Amino acid sequence: MENMVSIYLYGKKYEVPSNLTIMGAMEYAGYQLVRGCGCRNGFCGACATIYRIKGDRELKVCLACQTKVEDNMYIATLPFFPLVKEVYDIEKIKPTEQIMMQLYPEIYACIGCNACTKACTQGLNVMQYIAYAQRGEYEKCAEESFDCVMCGVCSSRCPAGISHPQVALLARRLNGKYLAPACGHLEDRVREIENGDFKELLEGLMQKPISEMKELYNNREIEK
Amino acid sequence: MYNKEMLESIKKVEAKRADNAVLEPRRMTADEKDTLLATYHPDYKQNEFAVLQIGANKGEKVPTELAALLQANSRIRPDSVDLEKVDYDVDVLVIGGGGAGSSAAIEAHNGGANVMIVTKLRIGDANTMMAEGGIQAADKPNDSPAVHYLDAFGGGHFAAKPELLYKLVSEAPDAIKWLSGLGVEFDKAPDGTMITTHGGGTSRKRMHAAKDYSGAEIMRTLRDEVLNRGIPVVDFTAAIELILDENGRAAGAVLMNMETRELLVARAKTVIIATGGAGRLHYQGFPTSNHYGATADGLVLGYRAGAKLLYADTLQYHPTGAAYPEQIFGALVTEKVRSLGAKLINCDGEAFMHPLETRDVAAASIIRECSDRGKGVHTDDGIGVWLDTPMIELKNGEGTIEKRIPAMLRMFAKYGIDIRKEPILVYPTLHYQNGGLDIRPDCMTTQVENLYVAGEAVGGIHGRNRLMGNSLLDIIVFGRDAGKAASAHYKDVTVGKLTLAHITRFAEEMKAAGISTDMVSPKLLPTYTHGNPNLTEKAF
Ligand SMILES: Cc1cc2nc3c(=O)[nH]c(=O)nc-3n(C[C@H](O)[C@H](O)[C@H](O)COP(=O)(O)OP(=O)(O)OC[C@H]3O[C@@H](n4cnc5c(N)ncnc54)[C@H](O)[C@@H]3O)c2cc1C
Ligand code: FES
Repeated sequence: MENMVSIYLYGKKYEVPSNLTIMGAMEYAGYQLVRGCGCRNGFCGACATIYRIKGDRELKVCLACQTKVEDNMYIATLPFFPLVKEVYDIEKIKPTEQIMMQLYPEIYACIGCNACTKACTQGLNVMQYIAYAQRGEYEKCAEESFDCVMCGVCSSRCPAGISHPQVALLARRLNGKYLAPACGHLEDRVREIENGDFKELLEGLMQKPISEMKELYNNREIEK
Repeated sequence: MYNKEMLESIKKVEAKRADNAVLEPRRMTADEKDTLLATYHPDYKQNEFAVLQIGANKGEKVPTELAALLQANSRIRPDSVDLEKVDYDVDVLVIGGGGAGSSAAIEAHNGGANVMIVTKLRIGDANTMMAEGGIQAADKPNDSPAVHYLDAFGGGHFAAKPELLYKLVSEAPDAIKWLSGLGVEFDKAPDGTMITTHGGGTSRKRMHAAKDYSGAEIMRTLRDEVLNRGIPVVDFTAAIELILDENGRAAGAVLMNMETRELLVARAKTVIIATGGAGRLHYQGFPTSNHYGATADGLVLGYRAGAKLLYADTLQYHPTGAAYPEQIFGALVTEKVRSLGAKLINCDGEAFMHPLETRDVAAASIIRECSDRGKGVHTDDGIGVWLDTPMIELKNGEGTIEKRIPAMLRMFAKYGIDIRKEPILVYPTLHYQNGGLDIRPDCMTTQVENLYVAGEAVGGIHGRNRLMGNSLLDIIVFGRDAGKAASAHYKDVTVGKLTLAHITRFAEEMKAAGISTDMVSPKLLPTYTHGNPNLTEKAF
């Protein structure tokens, strides 16, 4: 017999096998998920969940697809959180401090409570990356926030109403487009292709009989 | 934690680690590979396939689970939908909010079209978001699109459509440039040189990555761009049938709100199917690495409307799905782990194959190790072989794992496994739909006019097996091209009277072929009950 535990889904009690994830346990209980379930593997942030273990004061957060159930777990999912997403034209904005002031001025109202960091389902230092964003240090903000899955739990805990994941996304796009070093060999290759440099070679390959392609393939040199 | 058998095997792995780390296992010959595949690869198990009795691919075989959906009933009675009551009227209708759909929408928007995305879950809840390893492009001086072509053509068993593969490789560098221009961060050296690695079957190091969140980094950027442009995204809304016009051309789709089940009509001058893969059909009972909505819907929609499939009998089983712990059973362990130097090791600590053979060969080789050779490692309810992750830092120095594959580190750490110190257990998982709808180089289907396809729903770009990193590439290249083609073409389109007569016709063909089933399709979502004895699995 499997080891069973008691969990409370939105307050209602269910007995479920202890080896299931919260997501699996909801399905075991009979839910057909539509919301709150995307990638099922920790990448999409659809399954943000808040829980408390009976007798414990602390509210904990997690991704339901990545967390095993525990006995006496009270579970509420957070399949949607109204983050603020400002629109902008990536071609027109510049990676200066002003852009954050303009689009997400509330980041300057951060009171340093660190609730966002404590709430991060990915274990990121959220308050730190917001601090970088405040100072216009987008490269650092991008690096610190890189593993964000945009589940929105941080924002749900923020007294200042900051939409941390959107701030970080803007910083990463600024970094990727404007601050990261340009790539010379990429530019060169794009130009060569536009020039038609490889056209003949490729068309030659396309015409070759399969037997000849097999020869070429099986004897191709492989970079160490 | 690891059971006794596993712990004992780990001791052997550790004892031979230093030797195995420097060993360069021999690559298999072409003949050895052929025999291995024919004996052990799931695609060759004849009894797992069924022959289609109706439709454009009548007489051809596809996996039984797919055959059942292709030859199932529509979710709607054609006469119950009022096609005169149009809820959305657009130039370009994009079905599917993954990487292909988003790229298509952005380019269609650039082309001046009134474009809209409908998607089953949220935009970005998609296989694209989950891609870890990276994206190929021949942009280094020692590489060229021709070498890329040869790698992909051979890796796909010489079956790719040459004109599609030509586009894939020659538009690859521009795809990377486009993504960079949108702000996608790639791993780079301080001088801007891309940090690139091998993938299985590549002959040059051309795998570009954004750590092991490559797909997420691309997807969240594309999503942001779609939103910045104000392109309407109707989420939690699935396309459940295509609508044609009286001239037999694609002219929209019947949509269903996934939560309320309300039906809606979208009319469009052109339609782009970008619905992705099929992992959630769990072919042959395999676990999958795919997102929740990967149920081959696009293939079903297209097939009913008369489109043709190509290579729908070929699936990719990724060699390294997690075999342990059971909570992440089937989840992907990116190929990049092997690119960085981890080798596949059997229960006796032997490196039984070259770690960078193509995926089909690697999967078949692991299955052989775990079956006939009896060299697998048993978990409490499964089997697998080791992927010796500590080798990575032995070879590249401490800190490499955290820097290059943080998602993998995190995924196993949640279950108390430190991949820097302990190897992980892997077994093949259902990963990718090699086949799909047959298209011309401009992405339009060969059979249905004004119907375009991009991304994993396409068949023929890669042939019968796809190389790592060529799929993220194809969704960008063909996603963009489909968007451009549709937004150039819609201006010449006048939509005739809308009809669902093809659905009635398909039902009649089914009847004539003696097919009678309770099943409806597209499947939209899988149903899981995890063995609850009080529940019966009821299709969504
Ligand atoms: C875990 C994992 C790792 C991978 N790693 C790599 C890698 O490193 N490199 C690489 O090149 N490739 C990789 N791949 C493959 C690659 O990511 C996918 O093949 C590719 O992203 C597919 O993109 P897509 O846009 O075609 O489909 P998806 O990104 O899956 O998007 C399809 C969208 O359509 C929606 N949809 C489905 N049906 C309907 C419907 N009926 N109506 C409306 N919407 C619908 C889906 O919900 C989804 O949002 C990986 C795949 C997985 C699963
Ligand atoms: S479902 Fe995607 S993170 Fe959990």
